[in-house]
Amino acid sequence: MSSQLDLRNTARVGLLAGVITLGVSAVGMLESFDKRDLIIGLLTLGQLLLFSAPFAAGFLVTRGEDKVDTGEAVVGGAVAGALTAVPLIALILLTLAAPNIRNSLVNVSPELISLLSLGASEIVGSLLLLVGMAVLGVAGAMFHVLPDAIRKPLISGLGWMLGFAILSEVSLNILRPILGRGLMRALFGTKGITPLLAAIIFVVAIGLTIWWSKGGQQRYEDRKAAMSEEQRKQSRRISIGVGIVSLLILPIILGTYLTEVVDNVGLFILMGLGLNIVVGFAGLLDLGYVAFFAIGAYVMGILTSQGDLGIAGMSFWLALPIAVGAAVLAGVTLGIPVLRMRGDYLAIVTLGFGEIIRVLATSDLLKPYIGGAQGILQIGKPTIFGFEMVKPIHFYYLILAGVGLAVFVASRLRDARLGRQWMALREDEDVAEAMGIHLVSTKLLAFGIGAAFSGLAGAIFSARLSSIFPHSFNLLISINVLSLIIVGGIGSLPGVVVGALVLVGLPELLREFAEYRMLLYGALLIAMMIARPEGLWPSPITKREFHAAEEEEALGGVQ
Amino acid sequence: MALLEVNDIHTYYGNIHALKGISLTVEKGEIVSLIGGNGAGKTTTLRTISGLITPRSGGVAFDGADISQYRAHQLVSKGIAMVPEGRGVFARLSVTENLNMGAYHRNDKDGIAEDLEKVFQIFPRLKERRTQVAGTLSGGEQQMLATGRALMSRPDLLLMDEPSMGLAPVLVEATFETIETINKEGTTILLVEQNAHMALQVADRGYVLQTGEIVLSNTAKELQRDPTVQKAYLGIE
Repeated sequence: MSSQLDLRNTARVGLLAGVITLGVSAVGMLESFDKRDLIIGLLTLGQLLLFSAPFAAGFLVTRGEDKVDTGEAVVGGAVAGALTAVPLIALILLTLAAPNIRNSLVNVSPELISLLSLGASEIVGSLLLLVGMAVLGVAGAMFHVLPDAIRKPLISGLGWMLGFAILSEVSLNILRPILGRGLMRALFGTKGITPLLAAIIFVVAIGLTIWWSKGGQQRYEDRKAAMSEEQRKQSRRISIGVGIVSLLILPIILGTYLTEVVDNVGLFILMGLGLNIVVGFAGLLDLGYVAFFAIGAYVMGILTSQGDLGIAGMSFWLALPIAVGAAVLAGVTLGIPVLRMRGDYLAIVTLGFGEIIRVLATSDLLKPYIGGAQGILQIGKPTIFGFEMVKPIHFYYLILAGVGLAVFVASRLRDARLGRQWMALREDEDVAEAMGIHLVSTKLLAFGIGAAFSGLAGAIFSARLSSIFPHSFNLLISINVLSLIIVGGIGSLPGVVVGALVLVGLPELLREFAEYRMLLYGALLIAMMIARPEGLWPSPITKREFHAAEEEEALGGVQ
Repeated sequence: MALLEVNDIHTYYGNIHALKGISLTVEKGEIVSLIGGNGAGKTTTLRTISGLITPRSGGVAFDGADISQYRAHQLVSKGIAMVPEGRGVFARLSVTENLNMGAYHRNDKDGIAEDLEKVFQIFPRLKERRTQVAGTLSGGEQQMLATGRALMSRPDLLLMDEPSMGLAPVLVEATFETIETINKEGTTILLVEQNAHMALQVADRGYVLQTGEIVLSNTAKELQRDPTVQKAYLGIE
């Protein structure tokens, strides 16, 4: 054989997948995920997690090889899959040998063992698991062997089916008013989709993919190429119009609960857009960003509250500019002492600033004014022409307007002179100064404008909940906002939206994840840094930076 | 009236008296070289003129107006541009983006496009590489880029800090040729150089700095013939 399968790598990948799955089981994630049906009676989320491990191991073993022959794929996949099962089998046997294991590993419950041994007895189950995982490993490895014509439809079929099943709650909410009760029952269960719907989605996705690759795509591109400049502009206008209209009717389709989720995502988008100016545009790492959110929220609270702590009883609209102004002032105030700091030092000082604000909010010192740990209650709701905004759907439009404004401001600033100054500052502070860029005003404007968006988000947040407590403004918010920028793509406006949807929206929809949210955040961030460090929707500069090496190779090839 | 008049400036780094009363003039259209050894205060003089450091006393007049208390950002729009030491390009940005950055304070789109063409004419090499990321350029190309970027602000006076530093001999020659070209197109240049030989060859006049003071000043031709300069800076015994 000319190209020997790398056995060490195979063993490593297989065992690694097994150990990860073991860890996921031992913290109780697998078991709690098992309570969530994906396809009723066939597949739970826990099972999907369990089975994807050997599949991924087999997939990784053959990835990167130029040419994989079938024999190698089968052997490699089987070995990797079987090795994935080994740590799990060890766990099953351990419970046989030491029934008291639960004293130290609380999450190793009989339910987990039964899930791992696929419902059979321990010994038989272990064998089943070994064989099953080996088979899945082979399936994963075979993905590289299959011709494109089969692989692509298969991927899209499985992907759509599983994606739909995982997000079944969304489609359930949307379709319930449209479809009749009988039809709903045929397609959806309480926590998943029925095998019938799964089969329909699978078949339709496969059919569409085949149609697309067999001429659909060609025809679409031909038609696009044949369009005149005027027609192209028109079709652009139409798609923008459709986008706006769908944003406007979105909450009506989504229903109350999902609109609330979207409201939350929207507030994080607003904060993300602000922090993106500071971190993404100007390159100033700010870890205390939650402070401005808190200031916006508290100022709004004090000014509009009808309770004991309210001092002005102002209307929302009157208090809004004051809240935003207070945040800007705080941003600039923080900016002045840190003007000379860079990188790590800046991060630490801003981190401290965020904590100071939180500690102040909880402190007894300010308790008579802002309520200490009891927070501020009875915060006023915004009204428009006598109409009081109370429901999530009302706040949806308020937040949408805020996000729209923020996107507009951020994108205009990015392309303006100030944006160039920020860019120069981010790229090289010394060169920027030598070029005659005023570092002081450039930095303070970044801090101030960034804080404004966060203050706006905070003000809306406090009106939406009508009561605020200091523990809502902890470090995790800062970290969340920073993470969503990184996941979306640092410095990229659409990246902020994508990042917020993934990091804030998805966990809300998958409440099974809630307990393991931080674990999954960590895993996702690590995976992103390895597989796609530039983010999901990167800005052109970041994209180029991470692909500079490839570009150079390409240039070298030409020369 | 001289374009630039530096009158008895004293600059301090903390307690260190770095410039002890420097006076010099640059006439419109000239190339003037400041030469001297390490630590003589050449770069400090440039940084003081460009507003990166404020002198404790003394005056700097540009085009007749006192600029000694101006900061760097105010001077760029007044017509003073600086090519920093060690080239200093924005490594992650492309060549064109770097050049456009030089014109960040300007609003005349047509003028900027025109100047970009002009820079590409002076440095055809940059045109070839305009989409390349600046960090991947060679040392000589980065020097061209830093110079081109300074030109994009359409300066009347160009301050250049050690343009030949770290360049191969053949590139040093080319660098000084472009300095002459730029000068012929109408930009006045104040040049700081350790390579006294080349600096005096292109310059009209020169000043010799030593530990924060000007010890000699004359036309470049005379300085080249001066025995102390020959001995100390030109390596001629």
